[in-house]
Amino acid sequence: MIDGRRIAVCALCVNLSLVAHVTTAADSPISAQSRTPATTTRAQGLLAWQRMYSVLTHPRCVNCHTAGGYPQQGDDRHPHAFNVVRGSSGFGAPAYTCMACHQVSNADATGIPGASGWHLAPLSMKWQSLDDQVLPSATVCRAITDRSKNHNLDGPALLKHHKEDALVLWAFSPGPRSDGTPRSLPPLTHADFVAATRTWVDAGMPCPTR
Amino acid sequence: MALQTIMVNGREVSVDVDPGTPLLWVLREELRMTGTKYGCGIAACGACTVHVAGVATRSCVLPVSLVGKRPIVTIEAMASDPIGRVVQEAWVATDVVQCGYCQSGQIMTAVALLRNTPRPTDAQIEQSMGGNICRCGTYVRIRQAIKQAAQQVRR
Amino acid sequence: MRTPMLTRRAFVRISSAAAGGVLLSLYFDAPMGAQQPNAPTFPPQAFVHVRPDGTIVIQVNRLEFGQGVQTALPMILADEMDADWSKVVAELAPTADVYKDPLYGLQMTGGSISIPHSFQQYRELGAKARAILVAEAAARWRTTPDRCRTANSVVYGPGGESAQYGQLADDAARRPVPDGVRLKDATEFQLIGKRVRRLDSRPKCDGSQRFGLDLDLPGMQIALLARPAVFGGRVKTFDDRDARALQGVRDVFEIPLVHGTAVAVVADRFWTAKRARDRVKIEWDLTGLERPDSSQLWIQYGRLTRTPGSVAVSRGDNAAIERALPANRIVAEYEFPYLAHMAMEPLNTTVRFDGDRAEAWIPSQAQTMDQAAIAEVLGLKSDEVAFHTEYAGGGFGRRTPLDSHVPREAAAIAKRLRGIPVKLVWTREDDVRGGYYRPMFAHRVEMVIGADGMPAASRHVIVGQSWIVGSGPPWEAALVKNGVDELATEGTADTRYVIPDFHVSAHHPKVNVPVLQWRSVGYTHNAFVMETLVDELATRAKMDPITYRLTLLRTDAKKLRSALTLLQDKIAAWRQNLPRNHAVGVACSEYHDTGVACATEVSIENGRPRIHRVLLTADVGRAVNPLGVESQMQGGVVFGLSQLVAKGAITLKDGAVEQRNFDGCRPPYMHDAPATIDVHLVPSTEAPTACGEPPVPVISPAVVNALFRLTGKRYRTLPLA
Repeated sequence: MIDGRRIAVCALCVNLSLVAHVTTAADSPISAQSRTPATTTRAQGLLAWQRMYSVLTHPRCVNCHTAGGYPQQGDDRHPHAFNVVRGSSGFGAPAYTCMACHQVSNADATGIPGASGWHLAPLSMKWQSLDDQVLPSATVCRAITDRSKNHNLDGPALLKHHKEDALVLWAFSPGPRSDGTPRSLPPLTHADFVAATRTWVDAGMPCPTR
Repeated sequence: MALQTIMVNGREVSVDVDPGTPLLWVLREELRMTGTKYGCGIAACGACTVHVAGVATRSCVLPVSLVGKRPIVTIEAMASDPIGRVVQEAWVATDVVQCGYCQSGQIMTAVALLRNTPRPTDAQIEQSMGGNICRCGTYVRIRQAIKQAAQQVRR
Repeated sequence: MRTPMLTRRAFVRISSAAAGGVLLSLYFDAPMGAQQPNAPTFPPQAFVHVRPDGTIVIQVNRLEFGQGVQTALPMILADEMDADWSKVVAELAPTADVYKDPLYGLQMTGGSISIPHSFQQYRELGAKARAILVAEAAARWRTTPDRCRTANSVVYGPGGESAQYGQLADDAARRPVPDGVRLKDATEFQLIGKRVRRLDSRPKCDGSQRFGLDLDLPGMQIALLARPAVFGGRVKTFDDRDARALQGVRDVFEIPLVHGTAVAVVADRFWTAKRARDRVKIEWDLTGLERPDSSQLWIQYGRLTRTPGSVAVSRGDNAAIERALPANRIVAEYEFPYLAHMAMEPLNTTVRFDGDRAEAWIPSQAQTMDQAAIAEVLGLKSDEVAFHTEYAGGGFGRRTPLDSHVPREAAAIAKRLRGIPVKLVWTREDDVRGGYYRPMFAHRVEMVIGADGMPAASRHVIVGQSWIVGSGPPWEAALVKNGVDELATEGTADTRYVIPDFHVSAHHPKVNVPVLQWRSVGYTHNAFVMETLVDELATRAKMDPITYRLTLLRTDAKKLRSALTLLQDKIAAWRQNLPRNHAVGVACSEYHDTGVACATEVSIENGRPRIHRVLLTADVGRAVNPLGVESQMQGGVVFGLSQLVAKGAITLKDGAVEQRNFDGCRPPYMHDAPATIDVHLVPSTEAPTACGEPPVPVISPAVVNALFRLTGKRYRTLPLA
């Protein structure tokens, strides 16, 4: 039985504009293990993974999942301008951190994106090669499910991460560029991304073989 | 326009500006503190660098509405800061400045570096200072001055 | 003992030869107050004022924009004056005839002339100041000046008497300047030739230094201009309703530009003016305007390089090239894009118009011209415009366009806002997109190599815009000969290399992009061409590149020879410890009587050149402040790298500049520069020569000459990818 609860999340008051971000999700306290295996097949899980992969490799996400010593920016994913570096922690260099410019929310007036704790994903979560090519679906899936690389997150924890993490949420509300035009969005809404993640987790987090 | 209170160099000040106004212009025009400079307005050059809650921050892209209660420290306060003083002395001793327009930002960044990393390597200096532009080309002397300051900074 | 240097007759001869009237005058009266808002419109002509407390205020007749002149010129004066250096304070002089450049008759800063043209002038000023102080002391002690001596702002008498300069100054001011003032012998210099730290360091390190952009006057308004994307565009219509709806916006109106028109937005705050400007909806009239496009221009320029232009130099056998065997010929084509100056302080001018007079505050490289331009716009005479020289955050040639367009714009706005000081600000975007670039240049060189490996013949065509052709007096007559602008061919036409058959010609196409001098001007591209070609010949001749240059140079190329010889000596150690994937490249250049040679060690990291270190030698004649000269050499090398860094250029597409800010037009950052730039000055007692510009042209060819040794490729299109 699924205990339905609606969760409304309101976040991100930015400058003059109020961005209300509402996520509704049917939240189940029942763990994936007790779910009837027949409800989500491996095939369904793989389809869900492909939908997730299309989001993960969208610039709004993959730009901070780089393999090298720098983030990327823009839809063309060029190396972040102005010699910004990853640093030893992923938060930049000691006197040139991500927070030098990126605040806890988007700065619409100046076009700088922001979310709480802006920083690069660790190198263990790189989804690109060293020459900035996005890695294949199977490779990214393996990395995400490798608990020695993913901060020891299991399925439910990954789902929670996709649901609640500030930087993940940001990708779906990335704010305007400095010229006023809106940044491009991932191919799914956040709700659909979370739903896909749930399906995938329910299916046992299958990864494609190639 | 909205009234808000920010903490600058240890003082609480109230300013009545559009909330989207970058901190840079609040400092320069509302508070008439012109030590922090406008070089580009897109965080490319570092001339606008201040410390916000101890973090070197580019004030030209920071809307004043996002500052909150975090204390702001500007170049004007460096003479009374132990590391700031050492850095300024090193800058003077090494004859770093030429036109000087970028140097407020350079010094603020260098102070943040030395506070975090008292004995920075060449690579660390380059990573932290690598986003500050100097058109006069004083980079060589900036490196020398940082190393000199590092020797003077006491833990 | 002082050597008698300057008799009164000689002094009169020099001063009457200088355009602009009185050359030197000294008054010790009321404080200058040169930069106080309430100073009279015509402050008394003075270069040095001694206060009763001993402070010595020295007027600097130049803009300080980083080159250190506010320390070097006072050093010269203070040395001859035997002043206590710790009491010296420098001020940037306002605009007045007495502050004009002694040779050019204009108050201006550029061409690296400040020390070369004012060295003698400031020595004489200091000597005369001393002479009057001594005369006063001698009179008080009833003795004669020749029985007194001076040191450290004190006059000492024969009988043990002494008096501070501050005690003597007021009375000394009333004395006439005596004849036959003596200058020091060089062996007596206390300051000149010493490494002296800058006077303006501390304020520039603690945020208290004010630049033009920092000016804050009661009631001041900020103005921004919305300008057309294509140069020369005119406003057809504009809708300012949304702009005026913002609180703090004072006015929105059209003003004329030098070419075209713009919409001025005036508000009480910069950010308000900027937001308001973004809200103004403008329809532009761009009919009939040429729309330059970089790729089209390269094609056009390329064609022009293959046709002979107006002749700059023609000596020897014009047909020698045709007769040469292909094996002995090199053909090289070069492309140099538009370059922006991008001084750190964006352009700004503040003007207040009061009807019958005006006041202006500008970090200006061309005070006389800017003052005249403001006066013209406001319907005043030049001397009705009080003009304050502000400290500038860099210049590199940008702050002295012949049309004084920024002061004109500011004056047009001030005219409408009568009685209110208005600060016109160019944003960084305005600056990057606003023109007045180092022009685009294309070169085509056909060179014949002689049997000895030296160039026997060269035919060199240079194509690039000129801002001097058609500009009228005073520069056109001085610089344009036979239709060729010297500023486009310098570095080639005046080469010190011996090339028997030598033909240089130039085309100056008219393009709808305003252009201007950029630190070291024609040498920026000509030195690159010559130094890379010479390097190529040296490689073919299997000769060391420095030895080759020394062999090829005229015997009387004294400054280049001394710089190269010193370089040869200093880099001997480099070659012994060179890592396997590193290479060394060299280049040299002579700019306005200063010879510079440079070696650089380069490797390739991640597909990009990495410059590890630079060693630079320079013969600048006598170095007034070797510490300052060293800084200029280091800074000039880094500035010169602007030509090489990827994305460092300006390009146009369909009439509009493609770049907006530092993101699109990238200057050198710290890691683009070498970690060390060692400077060695050739010891010299000759007259001081240029320091600010000479280092700029040498670094780019030196780097690509090193790259050749790593990649086997010659790089003739800048910037590097």
